[in-house]
Amino acid sequence: MLNGLAVGCIYGLVALGFVLIYKATELVNFAQGDLMMLGAFTCYMFVVWYGLGYWVAFALAVAIVALFGAGLDSAILRRVLGQPQFAVVMLTIGLGAMFRSFASIVWGSEIYTLPTPFSAKATRLAGVTVSHEYVSIIAGTILLCAALYAFFTFTRVGVAMQAASQNQLAAYYMGIPVKLMFSLIWAISAGVAAIAGILLAPVSLIDINLGFIGLKAFAAAVLGGFGSIPGALAGGVTIGLIELFSGAYLPQGVKDVAAYVVLLLVLAVRPQGMFGSVARKKV
Amino acid sequence: MRFVFKTTYRQDLGLFRDGAQRNWYVVLGLAMLVVPVLVPSYLVDISLVFIYGLCGLSLMVLAGYTGLVSLGHAAFLGIGAYAHVYFVQDWGLPWVISVALAAAVSAGVGVLVGLPALRMTGVYLTIATLAFALIIQEVLTRWERVTHGLKGRPVDKPVIFGVSLAHDAAFYFLCLAALIGGLWLTANLLRSPTGRAWVAIRDSEIAAQSMGVNLARYKTLAFAYSAALMGVAGALFAHKVGFLAPDIFSVLLSIQFLLMVVVGGLGSLHGAVFGAAFVAMLPVLISEARDRVPAWAGQVIALAGKDAGHATFLGLDRFVKQPGLEPGLFGLILVLFILFEPLGVYGRWRKIQVYFSTFPLYKRATFRRQKTYMRSERLR
Repeated sequence: MLNGLAVGCIYGLVALGFVLIYKATELVNFAQGDLMMLGAFTCYMFVVWYGLGYWVAFALAVAIVALFGAGLDSAILRRVLGQPQFAVVMLTIGLGAMFRSFASIVWGSEIYTLPTPFSAKATRLAGVTVSHEYVSIIAGTILLCAALYAFFTFTRVGVAMQAASQNQLAAYYMGIPVKLMFSLIWAISAGVAAIAGILLAPVSLIDINLGFIGLKAFAAAVLGGFGSIPGALAGGVTIGLIELFSGAYLPQGVKDVAAYVVLLLVLAVRPQGMFGSVARKKV
Repeated sequence: MRFVFKTTYRQDLGLFRDGAQRNWYVVLGLAMLVVPVLVPSYLVDISLVFIYGLCGLSLMVLAGYTGLVSLGHAAFLGIGAYAHVYFVQDWGLPWVISVALAAAVSAGVGVLVGLPALRMTGVYLTIATLAFALIIQEVLTRWERVTHGLKGRPVDKPVIFGVSLAHDAAFYFLCLAALIGGLWLTANLLRSPTGRAWVAIRDSEIAAQSMGVNLARYKTLAFAYSAALMGVAGALFAHKVGFLAPDIFSVLLSIQFLLMVVVGGLGSLHGAVFGAAFVAMLPVLISEARDRVPAWAGQVIALAGKDAGHATFLGLDRFVKQPGLEPGLFGLILVLFILFEPLGVYGRWRKIQVYFSTFPLYKRATFRRQKTYMRSERLR
């Protein structure tokens, strides 16, 4: 149960990244999972190659990936704003492939484990063994969400970001630097992806295909309605639990596709997701 | 600049714009006939270009002409390939009937995917087809009675009407015939009311609907036609690779198909073939480069100094032999095309044509993209 919850939290975090970017710029970032992979690898590099402490490496990795996300926005993605969505999808798929290739050249295609303060520790709690790795994931997700919520509601920059994503033109007239805000949103989203990657690293091993979790996070984002932040988290947890139970009670192989089956069903039956709102196009 | 003034209906109905264009295609056809004599060692790769050409055609109809972007076309290819092998090798059906059945099965699945897809637009559809492809891949792995699962399935050489096409050249002509047939069929379909309805849907669903285009019917039709083409391509692909395993038909293959369409140029049949040539030949080029480039670069730099030359040789050699290089290169090319030439190779080809036909008067502005502002796809 805790296992499914923890994996669900990871899906939720990656889905959160999708949703943040989608809400702000209407781009769907297919490279989100690969940003997560980059985060995990960067942290691994600092911990194992340079021998830094876990928390220092954590902070450095998140900062680097966030900066990278902002750079990506200002250098590449800003140029395709306003072009058909198809172009953007292809662009981010291409970027994702480049990141994977880059990771395999720099870090090699072996599988690594990230040593953390939580590794292989467990507490017995009310007769159930609770491993610290899963607790760290769940706690990290809750903390991060609280921080993001506070940021978007109470700080000036956060409110400006909300304004920019609701109506760019109006926000621009109000003197909000919209471009900068978009870069910041990309930075936050990439940072969230990196945190998800680092939290996931002790549970699942690090390799260049870690990014394919992004596909399942899609299911989470869609399930929650693509534009809704609480929806993304709820969707992620739902997908995690569905996977857990289908692995336990249904024939072998169903677990791997359960997320996608749910995704297809949701899209066919209720395309706006659990929390999405329906909007009609005005002609 | 040449203008064609049409004076009879025959001219309007003809497949080619004018006599000159037809003659160029005849020349191209003749060139294709002598290719097996000229480059016998690359025949298998060129056959793959033709098979990918069919795949590109299939995706071009769906993505380029109807505006439904699918990230799951490798699944249709897999369905076609496995269905064909199953019909020929387990049921012993004749080759032609088996290919037709494989196309029909693939088209049937296409309709099944297309029906729920009617309610989705834009990126949701892309995600749904992606999910569909992943499910199909898992089915191919698990349904061992038909697919032999992860063990894989060897494929015999094609035998048509009792004639074995085991020779590379024979297979080359089979693929060529399939591609020409597909191109001819698609070109004709696109000039018909069906094709015009597809283009109308691509340009604006609401406008098409208000002009009386039945969205459900034409979208399903596009899916079925596209999947059927993919089924035929899958049958040929099975013979080309000679051994089927579920992990061939992965998301990466679907991405390569999309790459083909984008690199070739969205919304043109030429583009599909250009893109196919590009995607199928790039791995060949890379493997050639792996063998040659380090040595060349080493020699060039060795003129400056021996040690530097040697070091560069080793460095480059290690770089080009990286296993992960190929997908990254594909990604890079995709990014560059989208940023700098969204019209693809065909768009560039058109620009060059126009440059020469209007020679001293060419203006860059002819092809300048209109400045577009952010258009919301949320309210659609």
